[in-house]
Amino acid sequence: MRSRTIPMREVYVWELPVRMYHWVNMMCVIALCITGFIIGNPPAFMNGTEAYFNYWFGTVRFVHFIAAFLFFFNFIFRTYWGFAGNEFSRWTNFIPLKRSQWKEIVDVIKVDILQVTHQKIDSIGHNALASLVYFITFLIFLLQCLTGFGMYSAMSKSFLPKMFAWIVPVLGGDMGVRQLHHILMWGFIIFAIVHVYLVFYHDYIERRGVTSSMIGGWKFIEEDVVERHEAETGENTKC
Amino acid sequence: MEHKQRSFYEEVRGEGTSRRDFLKFCTTMAAFLGLESSGVGQIVKALETKPRLPVIWFHFQECTCCSESFIRASHPIVATIVLDKISLDYQETLMAASGYQAEEAYKTVMAKHSGEYIVMVEGSIPTENEAYCCIGGRSALQILQEAAKNAMAVVAWGNCASAGCVQAAKPNPTGAKPVHKVISGKPVINVQGCPPIADVMAGVVVHLLTFGRIPQLDELNRPKAFYSRRVHDTCYRRANFDAGLFVESFDDEGAKKGYCLYKMGCKGPVTYNSCGIIKWNDGISYPIQSGHPCIGCSEEGFWDNGPFYQHLPSVAGFGIETTADKVGLGLGIATAVGVAGHAIVTNIRKHRELSNVPDKSSEIENPKV
Repeated sequence: MRSRTIPMREVYVWELPVRMYHWVNMMCVIALCITGFIIGNPPAFMNGTEAYFNYWFGTVRFVHFIAAFLFFFNFIFRTYWGFAGNEFSRWTNFIPLKRSQWKEIVDVIKVDILQVTHQKIDSIGHNALASLVYFITFLIFLLQCLTGFGMYSAMSKSFLPKMFAWIVPVLGGDMGVRQLHHILMWGFIIFAIVHVYLVFYHDYIERRGVTSSMIGGWKFIEEDVVERHEAETGENTKC
Repeated sequence: MEHKQRSFYEEVRGEGTSRRDFLKFCTTMAAFLGLESSGVGQIVKALETKPRLPVIWFHFQECTCCSESFIRASHPIVATIVLDKISLDYQETLMAASGYQAEEAYKTVMAKHSGEYIVMVEGSIPTENEAYCCIGGRSALQILQEAAKNAMAVVAWGNCASAGCVQAAKPNPTGAKPVHKVISGKPVINVQGCPPIADVMAGVVVHLLTFGRIPQLDELNRPKAFYSRRVHDTCYRRANFDAGLFVESFDDEGAKKGYCLYKMGCKGPVTYNSCGIIKWNDGISYPIQSGHPCIGCSEEGFWDNGPFYQHLPSVAGFGIETTADKVGLGLGIATAVGVAGHAIVTNIRKHRELSNVPDKSSEIENPKV
């Protein structure tokens, strides 16, 4: 049997609201992509019948809209949590305003992407590059909500979609809005491929339990990393 | 002695239209404009009493299909009056005058009715080189800017004047621009369509005359009465859309049954117009009713959002056959390949971490194997 003993500390990284957000978001994105593809290119499996027998395409669109509302409010909630949550979920992680964050981005590219050096990255929550990518995905979320509700506003009297109606003239009409909405969806798919792969990668290489951390919230972090972090932030996280 | 300006009513009566037909026309217009029943009276009164609108009508880079559409209005009273009598003012296609007399007529309107006349424009304005469109030795831009200065409002007929239409399609060699991009400080009414529906054009004229102000406009300056709903939402085939019944090719069973043309590239879901309600040619039909998908002719850049018979437009810069899905799929495959490559490299480059061999930077040992 192979085993190893190293000093590790359990760190509570992802609070319950963050984890809830993550899984709700995942389910919404899956639902939105599937229904979105169907709306974009509906399969012809009911052909030969009359229109009054069914409403399946209307239902698919309905699911898309419900998932979109859920996605939107979930996104708003996550934005709020960026101000209310713990240090790992704070908005300051996501926007690289500090020099140290840019340095870490370069380090992550060298260590994990190009793999030219083997130093350890000390981050406990997201590393700086991951944070930046999440920030870009947040911008894509925002654009997707803008374009989606912008199109939806034409068939709604509700104030919420109406708030996004201004995007339509900005993009010259519904044609441009629809096209952008469709292109951005591919951004979600490509993000998902890379995201899932990198979770596997980090769990495989670092064995900090990053996959299960999004279920339970706790990560295994090397003792020296935690101590250094405590020294930097001046707080004792031990409980 | 100054000749008294005759009203629309006097003009049509003079042309032999009965009062009954005149009232029918006013009622139809009130319905098109979405007015309540008291609005009919307002229109009747306005047409009976107000002198006709002084109009200067320009043709720039266009095909005159807006004029063609206008004279085919299902209730031709307005078209007859505006077009017949416009020859007194200025309309390049239909006026009797030419040369200096035409220029004179146009200058007279501007001087006599300053602040009252309406400038109506068909066509886009070249800006890459103004000389691409010149009339009487002056460029379209100069003419339009001068005429718009003292106008009450500017009506941009059709997609050319509202959004540039085919002239402004990529690569837009003449630098064609719509009216609202080259003039400022005047209300511009974009009466979209290629061409606009004749009755919509008539409705805009009646509104201007009756109320003396421009109609309520949407964010793209289109009259809300006619452009607030999508062709899709007013389409009689909409039930087939919601039921998921689509025409798959122009000669299939679905096409015969009148299924939704969404998959044939119908742009109804992204197009704002009244085709589904007012229809064309005296309310006989409209493209979708004739089995053809909407091409979105009342939307900006509809030429660049093609092909017409494809639901998902091609992506600019990737060639005409390339849709967002093709680009996305390509990127997705590239990503998957990149990820797989990275996984292989990881197993080689990171074998020390993986096999738990301590590296120099850490003191971690592996005592029990």
